[in-house]
Amino acid sequence: MNELIQLNLSSLTGRKYWRSLNQLADTPEFRQWVEREFPEGASELLDSGSRRTLLKLMAAGFGLAGLTACRRPVEKILPLSKGVEGYVHGRPLHYATAVETCGVATGLIVECNDGRPTKVEGNPRHPFSLGATNAFQQAMILDLYDPDRARQVQKQGVKSSWAAFEAWWLEQSAKLGDGAGLRILSPRSTSPTLESLKAEIAKKYPQSAWIEYEPVNFDRVLEGARLAFGQPLQPHYRFDKADVILALDCDFLGLDTLSAQPVRQFASRRRPEDGQELNRLYAVESNFTITGAMADHRLRARASDVAAFALALARQLNVTGAELNVVNQPADRERKFLAAVAKDLLAHRGRSLVVAGPRQPAEVHALVALINQALGNAGQTVSYTRPPYQPSDSLAAVQKLAEDLAAGRVSTLFVLGGNPVFNLPANADWAALFRKTTVVALAADENETWKAATWQLPEAHPFESWGDVRALDGTASIRQPQIQPLFGGRSALEIAALIAGRAERRGHDLVRSFWASQWGAEAEAKWKKALYDGVIEGTAFPPVDVKADAPRVFAAVQVALKPAPAGVEAVFYPSWHTFDGRFANNAWLHETPDPMTKLVWDNAALLSPATAKRLGVKDGDVLEISSGGRTARCPALVLPGHADDSVSLQLGFGRAACGRVGRGVGHRVESLRAASNFWFGPAEIRKTGATCRLVTTQEHHTLIEPITGLKRHNIVEEFTLGEYRERAGHGKHESHPPTDLFPEFDYSKGYQWGMAIDLSACIGCNACMVACTAENNIPVVGKDQVARGREMHWIRLDRYFSGEEDDPQAVMQPMACVQCEKAPCESVCPVAATAHSPEGINEMAYNRCVGTRYCLNNCPYKVRRFNFLNWNKDIPEIRKMVFNPDVTVRMRGVMEKCNYCVQRIEEKRSQAKAEGRRPIRDGEILTACQQACPADAIVFGNINDPESRVSKLKRQARDYSVLEELNTKPRTSYLARVRNPNPELV
Amino acid sequence: MADLAIDPRVELNPPLVTGGMTYSDVTDKISSIVEGKAPKQWYIAMAFAVPLALLLFACLGYLVATGIGVWGNNSPVGWGWDITNFVWWIGIGHAGTLISAILFLFRQKWRTSINRAAEAMTLFAVACAAIYPLFHTGRPWRAAYWLFPLPNEFLHMWQNFRSPLMWDVFAVSTYGTVSALFWYVGLIPDLATLRDRATTPIRKTIYGLLSLGWRGSATQWRHYELAYLLLAGLSTPLVLSVHSIVSFDFATSLLPGWHTTIFPPYFVAGAVFSGFAMVVTLMTLARWIYGLENLITMKHLENMCKVMLATGMIVGFAYGTEFFIAWYSANQYERFIFLNRAFGPYAWAYWSMIACNVIAPQFFWFKRFRTSIPAMFILSIFINIGMWFERFVIIATSLHRDFLPSSWGYFTPTWVDIGTYAGTFGLFLTLFLLFLRFLPSIAISEVKGVLHQQVSAGHAVHGGSH
Amino acid sequence: MSAFFSKQFDTKLRLAAAAVVVVLGTGGAIAAYLLHPRQLDTGYTPVQPVPYSHKLHAGNLGMDCLYCHTTVAQSNYAAVPMTEICMNCHVRVKEKSPKLQAVRDSYATGKPIPWVKVHRLPDYVYFNHQAHVTAGVSCVSCHGRVDQMTEVRQVQPLSMAWCLDCHRNPAPHVRPPELVTRLDWQPEGDPAVLGAKLIREKGIHPPDNCSACHR
Repeated sequence: MNELIQLNLSSLTGRKYWRSLNQLADTPEFRQWVEREFPEGASELLDSGSRRTLLKLMAAGFGLAGLTACRRPVEKILPLSKGVEGYVHGRPLHYATAVETCGVATGLIVECNDGRPTKVEGNPRHPFSLGATNAFQQAMILDLYDPDRARQVQKQGVKSSWAAFEAWWLEQSAKLGDGAGLRILSPRSTSPTLESLKAEIAKKYPQSAWIEYEPVNFDRVLEGARLAFGQPLQPHYRFDKADVILALDCDFLGLDTLSAQPVRQFASRRRPEDGQELNRLYAVESNFTITGAMADHRLRARASDVAAFALALARQLNVTGAELNVVNQPADRERKFLAAVAKDLLAHRGRSLVVAGPRQPAEVHALVALINQALGNAGQTVSYTRPPYQPSDSLAAVQKLAEDLAAGRVSTLFVLGGNPVFNLPANADWAALFRKTTVVALAADENETWKAATWQLPEAHPFESWGDVRALDGTASIRQPQIQPLFGGRSALEIAALIAGRAERRGHDLVRSFWASQWGAEAEAKWKKALYDGVIEGTAFPPVDVKADAPRVFAAVQVALKPAPAGVEAVFYPSWHTFDGRFANNAWLHETPDPMTKLVWDNAALLSPATAKRLGVKDGDVLEISSGGRTARCPALVLPGHADDSVSLQLGFGRAACGRVGRGVGHRVESLRAASNFWFGPAEIRKTGATCRLVTTQEHHTLIEPITGLKRHNIVEEFTLGEYRERAGHGKHESHPPTDLFPEFDYSKGYQWGMAIDLSACIGCNACMVACTAENNIPVVGKDQVARGREMHWIRLDRYFSGEEDDPQAVMQPMACVQCEKAPCESVCPVAATAHSPEGINEMAYNRCVGTRYCLNNCPYKVRRFNFLNWNKDIPEIRKMVFNPDVTVRMRGVMEKCNYCVQRIEEKRSQAKAEGRRPIRDGEILTACQQACPADAIVFGNINDPESRVSKLKRQARDYSVLEELNTKPRTSYLARVRNPNPELV
Repeated sequence: MADLAIDPRVELNPPLVTGGMTYSDVTDKISSIVEGKAPKQWYIAMAFAVPLALLLFACLGYLVATGIGVWGNNSPVGWGWDITNFVWWIGIGHAGTLISAILFLFRQKWRTSINRAAEAMTLFAVACAAIYPLFHTGRPWRAAYWLFPLPNEFLHMWQNFRSPLMWDVFAVSTYGTVSALFWYVGLIPDLATLRDRATTPIRKTIYGLLSLGWRGSATQWRHYELAYLLLAGLSTPLVLSVHSIVSFDFATSLLPGWHTTIFPPYFVAGAVFSGFAMVVTLMTLARWIYGLENLITMKHLENMCKVMLATGMIVGFAYGTEFFIAWYSANQYERFIFLNRAFGPYAWAYWSMIACNVIAPQFFWFKRFRTSIPAMFILSIFINIGMWFERFVIIATSLHRDFLPSSWGYFTPTWVDIGTYAGTFGLFLTLFLLFLRFLPSIAISEVKGVLHQQVSAGHAVHGGSH
Repeated sequence: MSAFFSKQFDTKLRLAAAAVVVVLGTGGAIAAYLLHPRQLDTGYTPVQPVPYSHKLHAGNLGMDCLYCHTTVAQSNYAAVPMTEICMNCHVRVKEKSPKLQAVRDSYATGKPIPWVKVHRLPDYVYFNHQAHVTAGVSCVSCHGRVDQMTEVRQVQPLSMAWCLDCHRNPAPHVRPPELVTRLDWQPEGDPAVLGAKLIREKGIHPPDNCSACHR
């Protein structure tokens, strides 16, 4: 394997490959690209790609010279000069790797087409991926090819070089002595190699300090464990073992856990057919998160009231020591909820689980640990290990850093990645502080930190550099690059090695030598296996057997928990679009709507309808939110089900220094965020009178018709467990279709593709949408065009609220082309550009389409997408490298839509044929959405095979077709959402 | 008894030509329009029409160069003003053939002085309509020939003959061809008249060539009458078929509000309604510009008002029926879509339609309005507007809120939408004004035909009195 | 009144009309013939950077296609050989030949040889060599007798209609897979008979739906 990687990198890699292309295809674009000159304006980025999948050919070793011949343009074929082991032109290669976000690592497998990484998938061997990914991991591939990435070593904006920087560091390090003036600020890292380097640096510069800071971190979780157990521990939950789950301000299905594992575990208990008891989820939260949407019962509470709730619960459960009086008395509804939850939890001792979100103070986490212990869940549904990184109170650390900087005690500050100037707590003017000293900033893009730095170093993308990570449970993985740094960036690891004064500087050598030292004898073999598997066996930490110390916890609680002040409070959340700002230049994520608000290309201050009414605020009114003399402006958006007197703000918007995509998108709320209200705190809200256009992809929020007030029934079906059991008794209800006008086609032979989507499992996390975008070269159209209803997503997530506006329930419905057997779109196309395949796929021949849009009008599901404009006009060459070579990039004026990833079907088909014409196995073909889905809610396969997973699902009692009475005979059917309400609360 | 000595026929149907015009008066009057200098009004009208026509070509150029995105169309409203205008123009194009062909077959003499202009109007309206089916496509450069069943060795691909859009292609092109023929055949004798009166060689040559050597011999007349009758017979079914087929674009789809069996008759009635409205609008103008009071008499106009009243009632009835059926079908989507028309975001469009199409024509119950030029002019314009709204309501309101509430949207036109529509007016008016200027806008020979009867009747009267 | 149309005018008119019809008809026929892909696309013979002769290598020397086009059975593309494959022999054979300078340079510098593409399909067409070759469609069916070409020339229209002809009636073009690179091979008797037999045995059913080629 190793040789293979080496060869792969030495001969197919970015820079070499570009140089050669630059000489071969001497087009202006290339000169521009090399000279890093781009026309300003986001437009050409928003229109991605190019009609001719030029780069597909190029990367495949084809160049297009500008010459023309008498008959046709001359195309050149550029075969490699020397071969590469394991490389077959036209066959993708897959490499295992791993990435980490905020200290949470996930194993991935990246598909490379002719040297270009083009698609990210989960690594089935990795315990926190299980083959699935989230939306961010899917979108990372786009950042790799972002032309706005940092491209050049600079000193205060002046072009410089790595050599110059190293020379500077040589003399600078000599002056440092014991390193009293040396500070290193880096994002949270779980890298064992980096850890060893840290130790070396600490030894070399005993007075230096290494500060780890994440704007979105889990410090309070570990701190809570320290309170409860006397040592910081990482809790591990087994949602698949829990019958009753209580989530306290914890979006564990969404942005509060950055891996697929909890989702997979949770969803495995939402399928009534599986024989297991359906789990029951209670959620207490202020924002309406997707976890809240999955909850069977949800209590709206301000983030600051959750602590009181936890304490009240502890008392209700007679946790010893809980007899201290509960701060603010719960309301009736709350008390009822509390009683029911407590009863339910007690009824499921050892099979229940209480979790708290990272926003909650350490005391709440300690209480939760105590409660879980009291319920006998410890060791059953929750276990503890040492954390994958050295825990530290980053807030205190950055406070200290600010003081040192202010006092001029810092001579050299290394910033190894991240964007601290943008997202450090607003207690200090960091940009100003940074100017007081020599700052060496390693940055992925020319962000705020880069601008404030003395030395500006381009950081290598995770897919460009060697490294290693530890998953939450300690499982280590090697991060192996897919392509050589496109812009000559380096990794934090390599800079750390430089600081430590290591002889070896290349990431590969660093990582390898570290692990060699761990492995000793059979290092070589283990190294290859580690690269191949994507996980290193036996690196998971053993669970620690600990006992929570109730008195200590309650002592702490007594001190910490004051009655939450009345009035409005502001709560900070990571965003679905940019997370904490790191994806601010990622067009795919900006255009993927927020799961609950359906907002695109913006962030907003989310308010409950009642609060909005009280403040006289409408959607789009720009609010001024102020707290402790700090203010932020953000447009309001009313979210049904949001807690009253609370405003939810998403981080990572309004980036001042950013690429063309993210510049000026949204409003920065970090300016409001200080150490004191790092996660939430009291705030005043004022209407500024200004308004801001917010664009959502879904105008109408419920299934209730306006005017008539009738509910539309045959779109989303929901049952309670009771209703479902009753229905299941009768078996699946078969509808009797009316006679068809068009003759029947015989679908009884061969493969007949179909899909089943389980609404009970789907959490609406957007992973499928981004995966589809990446797989099918779906263009980005931008805010304005989305506002005109021209977004291009082949699969969308419809979100419907039900119940009263203040406290509704929500259900998500992934909606892509359902591949009707009697497709209304086909009969109306005058040129037969959309026709049916013998395998039941409703095909779209782009090159035949003339774009009458009649099919779109006649599609009852409105899943067809029209290229109203040329979305792929003049985008940078490098951006085209992300295109999937197996899918045509569509031109202006043609219709497009989901086709069950037909390119994947054909790939497997020819593979099966080549392997002695064997039949295609069930589960061999995964559609992009299915493969990405962390909940395993999407199942695709051959419905002619009664044993296939999809056939089995379609036989279930809760299987139904959307708009069945239209007799379109969809191939995609849905499994009804089954809720498991607590009878006492109904 | 002298005062009683009045021919009852004249009382029962007032003369189609007034002012005691003789054959030569008729010829002179009509020919003079072509022969004399164009009046100021004509130039004013052209100055207004030609720039608009140019705007059309500008908009279409921009559209083709940039993409459908320059219009307001979106998802779910895939068709907006493009198809609305298409159907509207096709509708306008109906009166001509109806007046010429059907009234001809029914021996409705009063048609004579208006049929020529009405036919011309038909042609120009169809020309305007024909722009949209091509240019509303995303790739017109392909649609231009892929929509026709040409054998092709490159692809081995045929059209999808199940698609109503395919039927449109045939229906509209057939209608255009036949109308053109009908119109031209009708022109021949008058062209000959102009040729004979021509003073300049150029006129002589041009009209000479166009009149195909018409000499007015009895044989020629016999052939002519026969040909005219046959063409009339041919175009009569077309009047009904074309708009029925256009209505299939909607009726054969499964969209609530489109999927309706009532559409064919309803569309045809609507077409005649709007067609007559447009004829009235134009004829009152022409009458004013060229002082044709004696040829286009109040009787013609009044008859047309009656037709508008009748068809307007049919259309109104259809609106009612739609609602009844929606309720009667007990289909949730059907019910919703119609309530949504009346009370949803597009209520303003719906009620403007009702006001213009159902309320406005009611005035024609009263002779005062039927015989007042300003009244009928204004009302006819209202009806034209109303019929446009009808098509817009059918298309936009059915599309913008269909089955899945998640995909509901709204349509807002862009300046290109508006420019394109205004541009078609420019094209239409330009063509019509050129027609008025250079061709006999009233069928001389036919008018003489009806004049003949009156003259003989007149003699009888005089004979009696003296 | 003066007559524009003489007595014979009708006759003349009819003759003229007839003439127009004839002219347009023949003109159209000629245009259709010239514009047919068979005329439009076949015969394209670009000049290659290296005067490589398939006739010499594949014909006279009898080298198998697969020796150079190695990936044809594993991938969509029948890869144009890497320089090092040429050098397998040409380190010894004609190692001084000036004609091979470009090859030697490429081998030395690692820069590719810019071969000119002969058989070109639109970007929205996904042709799969693997599928065809393993099914027993010979190279010759699409590329012609390359072993007799000094310079490679396009001999088939490669139009959609042409593809469909074979997909709808594959029998004459199917042969035992091991013989696909034998360009001169002819079965005894009617190839269609053998083809039909193979098709039955292997269950070959070439698709003619859109997504078979367009994705």
